[in-house]
Amino acid sequence: MTILKQLEEESIYIIREVAGQFNNPCLLFSGGKDSITLLHLAQKAFAPASIPFPLVHIDTGHNFPETIALRDKLVAKHGLRLIVGSVQNDIDAGNVVEEKGRHASRNSLQTTTLLNTIEENKFDACMGGARRDEEKARAKERVFSVRDDFGQWNEKLQRPELFDMLNGLIHNGENVRVFPISNWTELDVWYYIRQENLEIPSIYYAHKREIFKRDNQWMPVSDYVKVAEKDERKHTSVRFRTVGDMSCTAAVLSEATELDNIIAEIGGSNFSERGARMDDKRSEGAMEERKKVGYF
Amino acid sequence: MELIKIATAGSVDDGKSTLIGRLLYETGALKSDQVQHIEDKSAARGFEYLDLSLATDGLLTEREQGITIDVSHIFFSTPKRRFIIADSPGHVEYTRNMVTGSSTAQASIILIDARKGMIEQTKRHFFITQLLGIKHIIFAINKMDLVDYKQKVYEEIKATLSDLVDKHGNKDVSYHYIPLSALYNDNVVNHSKKLAWYEGAALLDLMDAIPLENNKANDGVFQIQYVIRPKQEAFHDYRGFAGNVRTGGFSVGDAISIHPSGRKTLIKKIEKYGIAVDRVSAGENATLLLMDEIDASRGDSILNKRANINKGKSISATFCWMQDNPLTPGNKYWLQQGVQRSLVKVQSVRSKIDLEALEQSQTNQLGLNDIGIAALALAQPLFTKPYKENPSLGSFILIDTQTFNTAGVGFIETT
Repeated sequence: MTILKQLEEESIYIIREVAGQFNNPCLLFSGGKDSITLLHLAQKAFAPASIPFPLVHIDTGHNFPETIALRDKLVAKHGLRLIVGSVQNDIDAGNVVEEKGRHASRNSLQTTTLLNTIEENKFDACMGGARRDEEKARAKERVFSVRDDFGQWNEKLQRPELFDMLNGLIHNGENVRVFPISNWTELDVWYYIRQENLEIPSIYYAHKREIFKRDNQWMPVSDYVKVAEKDERKHTSVRFRTVGDMSCTAAVLSEATELDNIIAEIGGSNFSERGARMDDKRSEGAMEERKKVGYF
Repeated sequence: MELIKIATAGSVDDGKSTLIGRLLYETGALKSDQVQHIEDKSAARGFEYLDLSLATDGLLTEREQGITIDVSHIFFSTPKRRFIIADSPGHVEYTRNMVTGSSTAQASIILIDARKGMIEQTKRHFFITQLLGIKHIIFAINKMDLVDYKQKVYEEIKATLSDLVDKHGNKDVSYHYIPLSALYNDNVVNHSKKLAWYEGAALLDLMDAIPLENNKANDGVFQIQYVIRPKQEAFHDYRGFAGNVRTGGFSVGDAISIHPSGRKTLIKKIEKYGIAVDRVSAGENATLLLMDEIDASRGDSILNKRANINKGKSISATFCWMQDNPLTPGNKYWLQQGVQRSLVKVQSVRSKIDLEALEQSQTNQLGLNDIGIAALALAQPLFTKPYKENPSLGSFILIDTQTFNTAGVGFIETT
């Protein structure tokens, strides 16, 4: 069995466990390549039936429009159920306060909206496309990660996972975050996208865009960020390696307009994937701190 | 490319994180921004060398204390293989982490500090690899730089370890011994001149050469995870039993029986993700469609006619206990074997193993991190095999009925 086949089998086994063990699961869908891969795996897991759970998108209002367009296209094409949790609504309702200053991002505000959406819809399991190779704190994440009533992750209370046995028994009010593609690497995802011929948002491919330099990273110019007078600007060919918010996702200079070029570029890249995520760089344990309070 | 999972075990300060960091660094798994981070941190702490342990110690509490407290999964590749390293800490209170980290491993690396030689914890690490039936054990004698790369030190440690293996080791396991220094990259990736007297392979070459084996058990057992019933006109009569082949294999036309009902029928069709296939084997997912309309649901088992397995309402197993509340006679738990759950009651706790003396003693309960033997009574009959013959039918977890935590893991004894 090839590595991709092995990973696919493992992921589909996990996704079927979610449908089998929980009453009201959902699939957290950001529109990025990982959640598109996860959606495709879920569709395979229940073929020829459609997937027995809705997609949940936590919409910061700062998304790349290309991502939202593809999300809506996939939902229409496959007749999927989509639930959108809106960060803007939570800001308007005064549940969260927008960050100030030139580094302002809505990334951390997503947590409140996510937890509210889980509670309103009474989800008992939320699948996400996080991978263990992304970040050190994620390397310790279980496949089934139990969260308490407050959505909190406590690394000391994580259940041991033995062999392939997954324990999803929980109390009322608790929920489980599930990571079916935990053991995939960034390149595995790309190879799989090529093998299965999956459509991904166009911003992953090289395109011309207005960018500006901040902290040695090229950031996209958008309505959601303040570009200072002194910031260096240019209009050139770039692509994005991850799809986060426009306010915190840096571009890479690239001419790769085809999957093969992208794969060659990532295979030879000297920078880690999350190296282009400003939200991880805020402090040494930025990801861990966010996970503890209920981040994805 | 092949995928192989390797577990690592060592005591605090054996340099395990440094060794893994070294493997990541040398195989190019660390990207330049990550290396930069390690360089900056090392310099800030006034080290003269790269503190590669920073590459893996992921949690803030760990970095504060300089120790590893949970199982971490780390990836790197050689041209031949993809490695997933399950890195778990060595402290006695983390026995459960080591069992967890090692449960899916095909090989295990046990670290030993050359200055200290075999210590009591080494025996515990060794015993766990034996309990789990891991077929390839590498004893890595680290920190050879601190004993001036002396052959005599290595030979003495090797002799003690060989003695342990002779007395307590499974016979069908291959054991390897290798002197190295993770800090200075001696014998990790390349054979080191400072250890010229050592004639074996460097660690990474050894890891590349470990033969991979499949579960060869022949008994066809399939567990149903989910029943697929599309609510579409085109699939009106479709009823697909989606699940996982635990052991053996299934072909179209095979005679099968479904349990607990005991009904018999034939396999009409096997699908993988909507596409028809002729055969599926151990570890694979499939959707089985049956000749007769038979009611079956999640947790039911589908057995091949040829399957020769034990069916019973009582089992005896070796347990590794993983929660504070002890395993005590009279307690009830959920037993989960694969995807199937049933209620069980503890009949008796017979003995506990002193993991450092490697001796058994009588006891009436097992506490956190204890390993011992107990007998269970089952509410429903379970299909089992001894763990040593068939790991996927011979292992199970117990779940606390109050907290729902995974309370322990059991390995069914050979009867």
